[in-house]
Amino acid sequence: MKILVLAETDGGRVSEKSLPAIAFAQQKSPEAFTVLAIGDNLQCIETLTGYGAQAVLTVNHPALAKPLAERYAPVVAHYARQLGADAIVATTTTFSRDVLARVAGLLDAPMLSDIIALEQTDGKLVAKRPIYSANLIGTFEVEGSPVVMTVRGPAWGKPEPKGADSPVQTAEAPADIPTRSEWVRLQGGGGGRPDLTQARVVVSGGRPLKDPETFEKYIGGLADALGGAVGATRAAVDAGIAPNELQVGQTGKTVAPELYIAVAVSGSVQHLAGMKDSKVIVAINTDPEAPIFQVADYGLVADLYQVLPELTELLKNSKG
Amino acid sequence: MKILVSVKRVPDPYAKISPNASGTDINRDGLQMAVNPFDEIALEEAIRLKEAGKATEVVAVSIGSAEAQEQLRTALAMGADRAILVQTDDPLDAPSVAKILAAVYQREQPNLMLMGKQAIDMDENQVGQMLAAILDLPQATFASKITVENGTATVERETDNGIETVQVPLPAIITADLRLNEPRYVALTGIVRARSKPLETLTPADLGVQPRARVRLTQVEAPPARKAGKRVSDVHELVRLLREEARVI
Repeated sequence: MKILVLAETDGGRVSEKSLPAIAFAQQKSPEAFTVLAIGDNLQCIETLTGYGAQAVLTVNHPALAKPLAERYAPVVAHYARQLGADAIVATTTTFSRDVLARVAGLLDAPMLSDIIALEQTDGKLVAKRPIYSANLIGTFEVEGSPVVMTVRGPAWGKPEPKGADSPVQTAEAPADIPTRSEWVRLQGGGGGRPDLTQARVVVSGGRPLKDPETFEKYIGGLADALGGAVGATRAAVDAGIAPNELQVGQTGKTVAPELYIAVAVSGSVQHLAGMKDSKVIVAINTDPEAPIFQVADYGLVADLYQVLPELTELLKNSKG
Repeated sequence: MKILVSVKRVPDPYAKISPNASGTDINRDGLQMAVNPFDEIALEEAIRLKEAGKATEVVAVSIGSAEAQEQLRTALAMGADRAILVQTDDPLDAPSVAKILAAVYQREQPNLMLMGKQAIDMDENQVGQMLAAILDLPQATFASKITVENGTATVERETDNGIETVQVPLPAIITADLRLNEPRYVALTGIVRARSKPLETLTPADLGVQPRARVRLTQVEAPPARKAGKRVSDVHELVRLLREEARVI
C-alpha cells in the first residue's frame, strides 16, 4: 500500500499534529510512504523528516499561505495521482476533515474518518472507527483505490524515530489553484500553553467554575503547575467561561494525555467520548454519584475551591 | 436568494444506542428518530436568513426511506417552503450522498447550500466537502457565524486553533457547527401549516444517479469499558498515588 500523508500546517509552519498519521504510515506501509506539506515559506519541515518517509514533499506558493481547503485539496489530489497513492492520510483535526474530504470528492474516492484500526484482508480494507458519538465502534469494509482516511491521533500515537533523515523535495504547486475562498483572520488559541491535543497533561474544568477569571485562576493555575494544557466541557464553553477551542468531547477535541484531571466535570457521555482514552484520569467533584467517577482511576469527592489551591501548591513545590 | 438545506433522519440524540443481537447494526426496535441536530441548525440559519430578507426561498432535501418524510415535515414546520425526498432504501456512503445532493443542487440551482457539519449517527463529517468538490464550489465548514452581504458569505469557523474567519463568494457550500444558532421550537400551528406545503418525492434514477456504496458498515460493538478506580481522601494522597503508583507526575 502506497501512502501519502498530508502534514498539518497553518500555511506557515508544520504542526506536530501530523505525527500520528506518520505513525500510521510507518505501521501500514513502512517502505512506501511520502509526506506532503503545503504552505508558503514553510517552517519546521524537520518535524517530518526523521521517521523513514521516502520523501517529504514541500509545496510552497503565495496562494497557499493560509490553510484553505479549496486551495489545498487540488494540491493533495494532484500529488496523490502523481504518486499513485493507495491511501491518502492525515491525523483527524479540523484541518484534515476540511481538506481531505474535499480531496475525496475531487478523486471520487471513498473515505474513512477518524479510524482507530485498519487491516487488509482478502484485498479488502477493514477499518474500525467510533460511531454514534463514540458510544459504539463500527467495523467498515471499503473497496476501491485510493482510499482517503483521517486517523484518530490517540489511537496511533507517535512514530518511531528512524536513523537517516528523509530527503526534502521541493514540489511545484499545480497551475490552477482556485482562489475564490479568502482567509480573513484567526482569533484565539495559543496563550503559551501546550496544544490540547498534544499535551502530556490536560486539566479540564466544568460549568461550576462560574466565570472566565475563576476558570483561568483555578484550572489554568493547576495546568501551569503541571506544564499542561487546559480543557473545558461543552457546558463551560456554552456558558462563556472557556473559549470554544478548549472544548473536549464529541463535538470538540479528542485527547488522550498521560494524565487527565477533570475538575467539576460531571462526565456526560459527550465529554467522555473526548477523553476516556487518557492513560490516567483523575476526577475532582462534589457529587459522589457523578458519572466521571466511573471512568476515573483516582476520584476525590471534594469542593474544588477547597482542594485545588492546595493541590496546585503541592505540585508547584514538588517540581525541580 | 434561494437556499437548499439537506436534512438527515437519524436516531434521536438522547436515545440510548446499542448493538443489535447479531452485532451487524444498532438495535432499531422502537428507536425514536429525529432531524440530525447539525442539519437542524443549518435549517434554522436558512430560515433566519429568509426572515432577515436575505433569502426568498428555503428548500429542504432529504435522502433515504419513505420515513424520512417525517423529518422533512419537521423542516417544513420550522419554516422551509418546500421539501424534496430522494427516496431509496439502498445503503449509501458519503460519496453517494454527495452525488445525489449534487444532482439536486443542479436541478434547484440555489445560491447557497447549508447542511450540518456531520450526522450524529456515522459522525463522518464528509458530505459537505465532497459536494463542494463535485460542484467545484467554495466551501466553509464548521460555521459558527454566517453573514451574507453582496453575494459574499463571511463565515466564522470553529477550528482546533480558534475561530477562523473566511470569505466565500456565493454560491457556496457552508456546513453548520454547534454554536451557529439555537434552533427554534416548532409550534403546533407550524406543524399543521406544514401539511399543506409541497413535498416532492424523487428517486436517484430520476436524477440520473446510480449510487453504489463502497464503504459498508459490517459490525457494531460497544467500546471497551473503563473500570472505575479508587477514591482518595485528600490531595496529599492523590499526589502520592500519582507519583508512586501511576507515575505520571
